[in-house]
Amino acid sequence: MQIRDQRALVSGAIFLVIAVVVFMMSLEYEAGTSARMGPGYFPRILSVGLGVLGLVIMAGAVKRTAPVERLEPWTLAPLLWIAGSVAVFAFLLPRLGLVISLAVLLIGSSLASHEFTWRGTIVSTVVLIVTALGAFVYGIGLQFPVWPTIF
Amino acid sequence: MDLLANLSLGFQHALTFNNIAYAFIGCLLGTLIGVLPGLGPLATIAMLLPITYSLSPDAALIMLAGIYYGAQYGGSTTAIIVNLPGESSSVVTAIDGYQMARQGRAGVALSTAAIGSFFAGCTATLAIAAFAPILSEAALQFGPKEYFALMILGILLATVLSTGPVLESLGMVILGAMISLVGTDVNTGEQRFTFGLTQLYDGVDFVPLAMGIFGFAEIVRNLRSEERSLVTQKITNLFPTRDDWRKMTAPILRGSALGTFLGILPGGGAALASFASYTLEKKISRTPEEFGHGAIAGVAGPESANNAAAQTSFIPLLTLGLPSNAVMALIVGAMMIHNIQPGPQVMTSNPGLFWGLIASMWVGNLMLVILNLPLVGLWVKLLTIPYRFLYPAIMMFCCIGIYSIKNDTFELYQAALVCVVGYGILQLKLPPAPMLLGLVLGPQVEENFRRAMLLSRGDATVFFTSPLSGTLLAIAVVALIFMMLPSIRARREKALQE
Repeated sequence: MQIRDQRALVSGAIFLVIAVVVFMMSLEYEAGTSARMGPGYFPRILSVGLGVLGLVIMAGAVKRTAPVERLEPWTLAPLLWIAGSVAVFAFLLPRLGLVISLAVLLIGSSLASHEFTWRGTIVSTVVLIVTALGAFVYGIGLQFPVWPTIF
Repeated sequence: MDLLANLSLGFQHALTFNNIAYAFIGCLLGTLIGVLPGLGPLATIAMLLPITYSLSPDAALIMLAGIYYGAQYGGSTTAIIVNLPGESSSVVTAIDGYQMARQGRAGVALSTAAIGSFFAGCTATLAIAAFAPILSEAALQFGPKEYFALMILGILLATVLSTGPVLESLGMVILGAMISLVGTDVNTGEQRFTFGLTQLYDGVDFVPLAMGIFGFAEIVRNLRSEERSLVTQKITNLFPTRDDWRKMTAPILRGSALGTFLGILPGGGAALASFASYTLEKKISRTPEEFGHGAIAGVAGPESANNAAAQTSFIPLLTLGLPSNAVMALIVGAMMIHNIQPGPQVMTSNPGLFWGLIASMWVGNLMLVILNLPLVGLWVKLLTIPYRFLYPAIMMFCCIGIYSIKNDTFELYQAALVCVVGYGILQLKLPPAPMLLGLVLGPQVEENFRRAMLLSRGDATVFFTSPLSGTLLAIAVVALIFMMLPSIRARREKALQE
């Protein structure tokens, strides 16, 4: 047996693993009868469905007629900058207010680009923060802590 | 004349100053994001959803609808001028539109697209006004088993008609439905899959999910292949010649009809319609060799079709409460925010909202024609903004939108997590849109399934023995089997290839 379609094999395997985990978890909830279903009935149906799909997809990936496809390599640095700056924004917002957290978010996410320059980033960051304050905080009145709470 | 009375009620609502203003904002934003590649109507609507809390329901829906059909216009503009389709639905427009531009006929191509879209918009508006009442009348007779069957049919058609392998799309729908399980079980009040987090008791909100994938993860993917070089063409004469008019009339009529029909089907939508129309025009044309070298029919047909379909895809939503694609799923969310349960009762309980929304689509289309032709130069300028300045702005709008859902940072952490997971999904080339459909439809499927089984005392055969739900499920099964056949699968892959 030869793995021709790595992409489909991994996708199918992930479906299967999720299905098994959800099925195990749903055992904690009562299934009930088919006329009076408990909270555990539908999750079990879904996980069986997903599990079967996962197996079929995996089987398709090792067929001799399957297209040859490899996994794409992950570009980790941009992913970490983007996801990380969102998480840091979430952490800073209630503590340091919108202005500072936005600056961190905008500069942090700009670092993900390999064409990053400090000058361009700082100018666009200032413009965007002023726009956000004008449009959302003072314009349509969304509730935000604007400045650090110590002040 | 019921139709006229209804439409005039609609126009009374749509033509208030406030609603015109929001239709305008929607169209403007829609065109803007249609022009910008890498930002689609899905992410934009998700981004703006929380902000619509503060608007009236009419204004919110009018604006969001404007974004969706406005994006179809904007996408065609860049497709024609710089061969860069901003939207998946304008991929085929780029084929002949860009060729026309290279022959110095960019202006004619743009006005053809605008005229076609406007005509299609009018047709679709009339079609909604004519068919929606009939469908929602029928839908009022539906019980839980019919709804269950209808949703299964909708989900299957949506996966069959979308791009990507059918099985993987189906898996993503189930995955979405699993995510929708999180929270309080409606029937028993028991907490499911909440891991003891109180923030999850109300379930997983789809805004952070949609933005995590369509906003953040998409950005990470785009960052790989960043810079693009643009060669812009000068736009000279906007006016089609008499010969152009003659050549575009029939394709516009056919495209509008085809798009109107395909938009109504569950799973249909703008991208499918524009492709189908291009294929049709090429097939019936007396001069098929012109296609690919600047045939005006290749612009007129698809552009009419995608606009008509964008509008008529509101029909299943407004009459049956069923979103036929991921954008419509978000519109469901917008209606829920304002405590409007989408479904056949909307028309009777909120006639002003219903007809106002439909009339606003016509008004919006008129605005788009006026807005787009003179502003083409401006839109093209926008394209020269480097992506490294664009994506931080998108991130900022997303983050502000996500926080505003509940004024809580929990959703932001959730979106950051989804960004990583979503990046994995995109890397595996799994289609993310069906997951969103599953997330939105999941609770309704479960609810109707449980209720139908309760009514039948646990007898599952009831879904097949009752005539209506049996027919719907039979169509679903046939569609699925049909698509699994190898010969058709190969043709489908060829047809959906972009």
